[in-house]
Amino acid sequence: MSRSIPLSISPSITLATTRRILRQLRHDHRTIGLMVGVPTLLMILLRYVFDGPGAFDRIGPMLLGLFPFVIMFVVTSVGTLRERTSGTLERLMTLPMGKLDLLLGYALAFGLLALVQVGVALGVSLTWLDLDLTGSVWSLLLVALLNALLGVALGLLASAFARTEFQAVQFMPAFVLPQLLLCGLLVPREKMAGWLEAISNVLPLSYAMDAMRRVTAEAEFGGALARDVAVIAGCVLLSLLLGAATLRRRTG
Amino acid sequence: MMSSTGSGRAGPDPAVAVRDLRVERGGRPVLHGLDFAVPRGSVVGLLGPSGCGKTTLMRCVVGVQIVKGGEVTVLGEPAGSAGLRRRVGYATQSPALYADLTVRENTRYFAAVLGAPRSDADRVIGEVGLGRARDQLVGTLSGGQFSRANLAAALLGAPELLVLDEPTVGLDPVLRQELWELFRELADRGTTLLVSSHVMDEAGRTDRLLLMREGRILADGSPEALRARTGERDLEAAFLHLIAETAGSPA
Repeated sequence: MSRSIPLSISPSITLATTRRILRQLRHDHRTIGLMVGVPTLLMILLRYVFDGPGAFDRIGPMLLGLFPFVIMFVVTSVGTLRERTSGTLERLMTLPMGKLDLLLGYALAFGLLALVQVGVALGVSLTWLDLDLTGSVWSLLLVALLNALLGVALGLLASAFARTEFQAVQFMPAFVLPQLLLCGLLVPREKMAGWLEAISNVLPLSYAMDAMRRVTAEAEFGGALARDVAVIAGCVLLSLLLGAATLRRRTG
Repeated sequence: MMSSTGSGRAGPDPAVAVRDLRVERGGRPVLHGLDFAVPRGSVVGLLGPSGCGKTTLMRCVVGVQIVKGGEVTVLGEPAGSAGLRRRVGYATQSPALYADLTVRENTRYFAAVLGAPRSDADRVIGEVGLGRARDQLVGTLSGGQFSRANLAAALLGAPELLVLDEPTVGLDPVLRQELWELFRELADRGTTLLVSSHVMDEAGRTDRLLLMREGRILADGSPEALRARTGERDLEAAFLHLIAETAGSPA
């Protein structure tokens, strides 16, 4: 099998990969438009569906954390599956490309995109939609970015188990919807049955949503928020490493 | 220690030395203990009908195929070693490029991954004659242009060994002629080329031929030697002659 150091990283290859992915997106205006426009549109809808600042202030920021997670999950899992089926992944594996170079390249590109996505939706929410945020905008952006990276990392991992693009798209509901049901967005986690709460305690999206709730309600970047952020970052790293393990230089 | 494997014909250190290579796919053997060597600086043709194991053999040389047994030594190192990733260029049969990038964006990216100079990206596009299509999206290229763009990516970084899987398939005779001239030019500069094809009339352009059928090598030698051995002028006829000969004699 591969005799190279599995965790070697080359910044120049990683950055070249990030540039390549962004360039691919630049040729695809519709995807960019959808990625940036849809979350903003949904925030506007949400604001007028609730038609009152209270509920919007509570749920709005949580959705700002959810969008990058869901969208980056789908985009990444389909994107990496395309690399597998088009043969470009195999080509890259014959070149001096480290597995983490590829994964970090994706994480950087989609992380940047997520910042734009959340930045626009947040800007519109804070100005036009009168979103009331107790915590700082920067902590919200930090958590949103981590959520996007979590989506990228889990999407990369999920794509390893998909043989076709149909399967890859099905992984979205399979990976995301159970987490969405249990993350505390619909029912507070502490009000769930004990076994459900126990499951929600090991799902990364629960921490992502907790972090968003704290950013909304607490002015300080407190210890609880720091713990949530650390848990999400740990999940991102773990999924990236697991994702790297699914990339094979030799296949049958 | 590695130089003793393979044949001694090509000097102490052939570009590729394969010993008793066996591969199974889906539980069925597809390569049955192959032995051969590719001398440096030569153009070696890998010929045989579709499905005879050419692609699997090339994947072994590049080091992306899981093998059952045997040894594949490339440029003195075990196939697939990290050190070989800059020294071996590989073009798969179905082009492996980003359809949503232009030709030049593709070669620039792969050049960056290889650490090759940026000017290389334009050089290889020129070498395969795609200069006028360089800013075209790969997804909009014709089949022949697509496979030439794929070849261009394999030429990046001036590798010592080029493994090209059916690089001329679907090309018109003029382009095929040009590509074979390019292969000859590269070999004259010291590059070793392992080129597969299922078209027999390309066999005459090689220095050396490996004729494959059903996962075995039927013949290994220069086109002239093959003609002399079989008494056939035409290489296609020589191939048929060899098949009849192997079928007639117990292995």
